[in-house]
Amino acid sequence: MSWWETVRSGLAAIRAHRLRSALTVLGIVIGISSVILTVGLGQGAQQEVEDQIDALGSNLLIVSPGSSTDSSGNRGGFGSASTLTLADAAAIADEDAVPDASGVAPTTSSSVSLVSGDTNWTTSLVGTTTAWPDVRSRELSAGRFFTAAEAEQGAAVAVIGPDTASELFGVQSPVGQQVSVNGTRITVIGVLVSSGASSSGTSEDDVAVVPVGTASRLIGSTSTTVSTIYVAAVDEDVLAAAHQEVQALLANRHGVSTVDADFSIATQDSLVETANETNRTFTVLLGGVAGISLLVGGIGVMNIMLVSVTERVREIGLRKALGAAPRVIRRQFLVEASLLGLTGGLVGILIGVVGAQLLPRFIDQAVSISLVATLAALATSLALGVGFGVYPAGRAARLTPIDALRSE
Amino acid sequence: MSAIIELGGVRKTYRSGAVEFEALRGIDIRIDTGEYVAVIGPSGSGKSTLMNILGCLDVPTEGHYVLAGEDTSSLDEAELAAIRNRRIGFVFQQFHLLPSMSALRNVELPLIYAGLSRADRRERAAEALAKVGLAERLDHRPGELSGGQQQRVAVARALVTEPALLLADEPTGNLDSRSTRDVLGLLDELHDAGRTIVLITHEQDVAARAGRSLVIDDGLITSDRATAAAPAGATS
Repeated sequence: MSWWETVRSGLAAIRAHRLRSALTVLGIVIGISSVILTVGLGQGAQQEVEDQIDALGSNLLIVSPGSSTDSSGNRGGFGSASTLTLADAAAIADEDAVPDASGVAPTTSSSVSLVSGDTNWTTSLVGTTTAWPDVRSRELSAGRFFTAAEAEQGAAVAVIGPDTASELFGVQSPVGQQVSVNGTRITVIGVLVSSGASSSGTSEDDVAVVPVGTASRLIGSTSTTVSTIYVAAVDEDVLAAAHQEVQALLANRHGVSTVDADFSIATQDSLVETANETNRTFTVLLGGVAGISLLVGGIGVMNIMLVSVTERVREIGLRKALGAAPRVIRRQFLVEASLLGLTGGLVGILIGVVGAQLLPRFIDQAVSISLVATLAALATSLALGVGFGVYPAGRAARLTPIDALRSE
Repeated sequence: MSAIIELGGVRKTYRSGAVEFEALRGIDIRIDTGEYVAVIGPSGSGKSTLMNILGCLDVPTEGHYVLAGEDTSSLDEAELAAIRNRRIGFVFQQFHLLPSMSALRNVELPLIYAGLSRADRRERAAEALAKVGLAERLDHRPGELSGGQQQRVAVARALVTEPALLLADEPTGNLDSRSTRDVLGLLDELHDAGRTIVLITHEQDVAARAGRSLVIDDGLITSDRATAAAPAGATS
């Protein structure tokens, strides 16, 4: 009996019990589609995080107050860890101390309300120096950044993000307009280019960047602490060297050892690693659950095949009497189980792919379908069919024709 | 006449735990090509066991069985399956047609296992169905046919491989009297055409159609004689 003939008779047997076959396949369909979707969600999230962090620039060091206990957590209470000062930033900017740094931008950050006419918009106020655009790789779509002289004086000028611009001024050109912050009028002198899509709550595109002195004045603070110091290395190759230089310098200035430092330095890589670790945990967890449902689906196939063997004892007996060797019967049941598995796999992939297209419309999360995961899912469903078909097929093959024919 | 079936000293013992049961206790039979033989016996006589051995569905515990020149005593299951496929056509009391398939597909079944191409199978199956008078019913499923028609499909299936032996096990046991006449008439025709037929039955009047009857009782052949009322065409 040819393989084609076996597949044909397997298909006929599956068609003969449509409802039962469909219910059997359902377990595998659910398993495969959930595996594809969870893996896709995990990879989509990972890709998004990588894109965001890429936008930071790959030669960037991010120095934050508070000690780092591991790659994913900071020690130090809220507000208590403002150990970084403008003087620290100035020291890093010293070419002799940190020769591998090409730019240093200390930033302060606070939330303020901007008022333009009768429009009121709350945004984050970033106080920084003239190095900020270079260090953060940001460009301007209109106007200009503030000058060193303006920074020195704490001039009442601001560069705003594109989102902020459209919220406050709509389609009007923001450059030259006035906004008021806590009663102080400041002039908008430039608009930033969008930094790219960001799904996180604090958008890089909704900011008001002002000289650091201006920021202190606007929020009525006299402190010289900063919330973050961004350090750009000369290029990616010396990032590690720059990291060490900054670490040694700050530890020395603060009189602490690098082991229990009161600051932490993150690189893009360490951020990616942290984000990916979290994503991986979720992917493995969800993938595990999906895998269990696949296993349950496989057991469903075995169940039905065993029922099918019992129900078709007479058919098996007849086929044997008419000249089917045990091997042929075994093959027939194996092919049937494999077809069930494969059908489930294909339908599951279809649902997974359609789901991957539809899901981003309902949740703000990209889903990327991986070819490898899809092929693996298909192979798994086929393997499930074969694996869980072996036992029922063996049982069918071992039936003796006399007993099988005589059974009622 | 050449012998198509030769049984010598055939014994069959069933074991169930410590209990042994001898279903056949030394059977010697010789059947020539073209014979129409009825095997008669009450239930429990060993009749079914003999039929299983003749049909290569089971092997004797002792003795030898030569079918069409081939000794079947030492064959394994796969080889027996091949012999059944090539040499033997079965007709069962319960018809044993597959309900989900058309008459044509049912008749094609043994040819699939013989490895014939689809076109050849179609042609031969249609031919066999025409021979039993069902040329108009090729696409009917067994459920759409009467009992007599179903049994004729089964006869067509038994004939389609051109087997050396047609083995009919109580072929009329489930049929009304009209269909019984119908099917027995068909067997007569096949016999006239030169087929070797072994018919297993417990009904005397059915056995009377055959040219020779073997009576089996308690695992032994107790009588082997030509039937007085042998119909025309009995050539043995």
